Amino acid sequence: MGSKNSLSKGNKWLLTAAAATLSVIAVDRLGLASSYVMFILMVGLCNVVLTVSLNLITGVTGQFSLGHAGFMAVGAYLSAYLSKMVFGLSSSGSGPASSLLFFACLLCGAALAAGVAFLLGGIILRLTGDYLCIATLGFNQIVVVALNNLEIVGGSRGFYGIPKLSTLTGLLILTWFAVIVISRYVNSVKGRNCEAILGDETAAESLGVDSFKVKLHSFVTGCFFAALAGGMLIHLLQLAHPTQYTFIKSIEILLMVVVGGMGNVAGSVISGMVLTILPEALRFSQDLRLVLYPLILIIFISRDPSRYFYKFFPARTAGGGK
Amino acid sequence: MELVIMQLVNGLQLGAIYALMALGYTMVYGILKLINFAHGDLLMIGAYSAYFLVLAEIPIGIAFVAAMAICGASAMLIDKLAYKPLRSQPRLKALITAMGVSLLIENGSRMIPFIGPNFRRFPDVVELKYFHVTGNIVLTNIQLMNLGLALFLMVVLTLVIRRTKIGIAMRAVSLDQKAARLMGINVENVIAVTFAMGGALAGTAGVMTAITYPRLSPYMGIMPGLKAFVAAVFGGIGSVPGAMIGGILMGVVETAATAWHSQIAEGVFFVLLLVVLLFRPFGLMGKSSREKV
Repeated sequence: MGSKNSLSKGNKWLLTAAAATLSVIAVDRLGLASSYVMFILMVGLCNVVLTVSLNLITGVTGQFSLGHAGFMAVGAYLSAYLSKMVFGLSSSGSGPASSLLFFACLLCGAALAAGVAFLLGGIILRLTGDYLCIATLGFNQIVVVALNNLEIVGGSRGFYGIPKLSTLTGLLILTWFAVIVISRYVNSVKGRNCEAILGDETAAESLGVDSFKVKLHSFVTGCFFAALAGGMLIHLLQLAHPTQYTFIKSIEILLMVVVGGMGNVAGSVISGMVLTILPEALRFSQDLRLVLYPLILIIFISRDPSRYFYKFFPARTAGGGK
Repeated sequence: MELVIMQLVNGLQLGAIYALMALGYTMVYGILKLINFAHGDLLMIGAYSAYFLVLAEIPIGIAFVAAMAICGASAMLIDKLAYKPLRSQPRLKALITAMGVSLLIENGSRMIPFIGPNFRRFPDVVELKYFHVTGNIVLTNIQLMNLGLALFLMVVLTLVIRRTKIGIAMRAVSLDQKAARLMGINVENVIAVTFAMGGALAGTAGVMTAITYPRLSPYMGIMPGLKAFVAAVFGGIGSVPGAMIGGILMGVVETAATAWHSQIAEGVFFVLLLVVLLFRPFGLMGKSSREKV
């Protein structure tokens, strides 16, 4: 798998990704693939952004979050509310004005999610390990209950009639932006601090890393991108229901991170794409699809495809700490 | 006033189910430091076991005990197959595996033809009787049975943990696994027994749920499992009395919140969780521990 540290390998990945992007654009322009295939590809791009952004929080910084779907929902619902109810955008009008407004809607959603992440992170990032996992899970469920009761966005009936504003170009731009920002982030001083916290938080603190600040920074950044992806996805699917955003969805994103390898950005891109396409290939059997997902998770965890994995929660001695 | 008392009894009954579930979470956490996400699904397994046994015309008493045994065995099996290979690995791996196992059990039983994705109705095995206490307070025999049974099991569990050899071994392992091993305790056996006991309690909770709220589905264990887990955290995860108190409190709170506003009740639950984690992350009865270098 690709290493994020070595420049030459990084270039190889960059070239591969560029070639993939160009071929996708070519296929789209030439109309070689059915709209169904293109749709799956676009959903895959959203999942790539979700995976990469959770990887920053969980894989790189080692903060185990089960609330990613909650932040995704915040961004999705706010951006859809703005584009549908406030600006009254429609699927047909695809002028530059409409694109710009859509972009503004997405940014608003992401800004709200980042704000929520900032406030929530300020409270719960003091917790560690299991407790953080529970707290983020609790947050996710609170978001779902809140959306179920927000009549203005359809409540438990679901949110329908959202304009189809996400385009392949838009999604490609978002994906490239997210992947570049996050891989640069990982390689920056901030990213090094994150990795130090992943390795040993106490040791990092003793070396002068303000661990709380670093964790909060990566958490807010990850949630910002999750919200952008959520906003894109909701304008692609054109409908939303609170049950799409439960912690089960968070686990699904976590699965993609695990399969791609914790802390491995290139791996996240691949697994986000593959794990979107794979279930579609298994559409002939709904039941099999549902069983396959957890099986992949268990197998990948125990077989350990990624060496990055061991960095996470370094093994303690059997009796270590209560 | 009558309404308050009756709701309180309802809450206690629900709380008893949560408490039984929370005990399983807390016992496993105490020993392995692992949140066993698959624990909620044992409730489902218990409910379905009782369902098929009752359909086979087996009396409910025997079905009850059999469901407990099946759940205990399932819990041990889950541990052997999924968690044991990861024992020496970072804890996070086991945690993610637990989530995978949970999804696998749910979706897997959805695939099994005679369980299937549809809801099933649990037959009326216990004839509903009403007891008129003073005034307008009405209690049902199911409520009393659930409460009595849960109380009985909690007393038994407390005695087992306090008085028996295996109980002492469990406490020793949860205190310091390495030292316990050096003292000649077979840690693997203790872990297996812990899973079996937790599973049996979850099985009881499952049959109680099936009798009280007779609607079965492969996903019926998710929410009670999650809530019981919150209850365990609330009481202080790792603490046995904490799980009992946390479970009962959560049941009462949920019933009260539902009576006030049925939609928001579930949110109240998790808001409470965040508040507890914020001010007392080690829960009501848990011990605070500082990270040592």
